Amino acid sequence: MKETPIYTEYHPRWYRTRVSTYWWTRQWSYLKFILRELSSLSVAYFVVLTLLELRALSQGEASYAAFQEWLRTPLLVALNGIGLFFVLFHTITWFNLAPRAMPLRVRGKRAPDLLVAALNYVAWLVVSAVVAWLILGGR
Amino acid sequence: MAKRSNEPFLWALFSSGGTVAALLIPVLLFLYGLAFPLGWLAAPSYHSTLALVRHPLTRLVLFVACSLPLFHWAHRFRFTLYDGLQIKHLNEVIILLCYGGALVGAALAGYILWNLP
Repeated sequence: MKETPIYTEYHPRWYRTRVSTYWWTRQWSYLKFILRELSSLSVAYFVVLTLLELRALSQGEASYAAFQEWLRTPLLVALNGIGLFFVLFHTITWFNLAPRAMPLRVRGKRAPDLLVAALNYVAWLVVSAVVAWLILGGR
Repeated sequence: MAKRSNEPFLWALFSSGGTVAALLIPVLLFLYGLAFPLGWLAAPSYHSTLALVRHPLTRLVLFVACSLPLFHWAHRFRFTLYDGLQIKHLNEVIILLCYGGALVGAALAGYILWNLP
């Protein structure tokens, strides 16, 4: 062993393995996570579509009819189908996580996860039924 | 006094927007995006749609259904870009585009709904 150890004036580099940009393609659970996160794009898509529809509605009958015609094009039907798939993915993962994200306490005791999730699904059904009834019943 | 983080506020917007999106968007997107265009269900007429949308309560619901989910998108998409693409160095640009976009969208929704004929 040497008498005087060698010092370097530079800070040593830590060893860190580089994570690939495509790390989420390696495993199904990672992919599911990224798909869940990407569902936000479908949420934004829905808002843009709704704003366009409301604008057409406010511009008059002809403009609204033209918008309905545009919605019938294959591209829009495909986009809406993909959008609905991801939005449903969001709804299901959201309600399944709700019991863990916001635990419900009844008399100091934590309500069972299954019950909290079930309440969310019931609320979803009720809201969907009311909205559909309002839209379809007003003819 | 220590600088307060605005992350809890943004998370609250994300969370409420996520709930609104989960409850309202599937039925609306199904009806207006697929069922009416493909003729599975008869679409309501222009006048009944306008009558329904003009109601103050519908306007309020539609404003909430547009604005809060946009903030949900902004927050979630920001972290998708961080985690999925690892582009944390573009922090400021991403924050500006996400929350700025949500603000612009919410303002547009308010403007359109306020000015309905």
